[in-house]
Amino acid sequence: MTRSVLVDKVAERVDGLTRKQTEIVLETVFESIKESLKKGDKIEIRGFGNFRLKTRNARKARNPKTGESVDVPAKKVLHFKVGKELRELLNS
Amino acid sequence: MTKADLADEIFEKVGLSKKEAQDIIEIIFDTLKQTLKEGESVKVSGFGTFHVRKKSARRGRNPKTGQDLEITPRKVISFRASNKLKLLIEK
Repeated sequence: MTRSVLVDKVAERVDGLTRKQTEIVLETVFESIKESLKKGDKIEIRGFGNFRLKTRNARKARNPKTGESVDVPAKKVLHFKVGKELRELLNS
Repeated sequence: MTKADLADEIFEKVGLSKKEAQDIIEIIFDTLKQTLKEGESVKVSGFGTFHVRKKSARRGRNPKTGQDLEITPRKVISFRASNKLKLLIEK
């Protein structure tokens, strides 16, 4: 399913909202989540899952082609943990 | 950030009533859940992709009691952030 199919499906289920308005709502939802993550906040969607940032330490790695040692700086990666309700729904 | 905060954002930025905003947030995540339940992946461009992965049965061990047991086959969700989102949060 893509974003546009998601818009269609949500629009079908909401009374009195046009497809265009639904599109704006979805855009706002994902932008808000992104902005929040950018600030380092945790997102907690009860029943669905949590998004939070994890820190990866700086490390030395090797360029597999040249064998040269390179420094990989510390960085943050996004981690999604599935919520209990969704996990149970998947396996019911 | 919780669903309530997302509903507030919708209320402020889109101009739906608080109730409408709350309802649509529930519908959005319910739609995502139902789609994933069907085993279908969801791709949100600019954000990321939720994949449903099937794990087969395997032998495991209860780490507390040391007892051997079978881990049943199950479905799990894996989320991959889009490159855009990865770059946004990396720093």
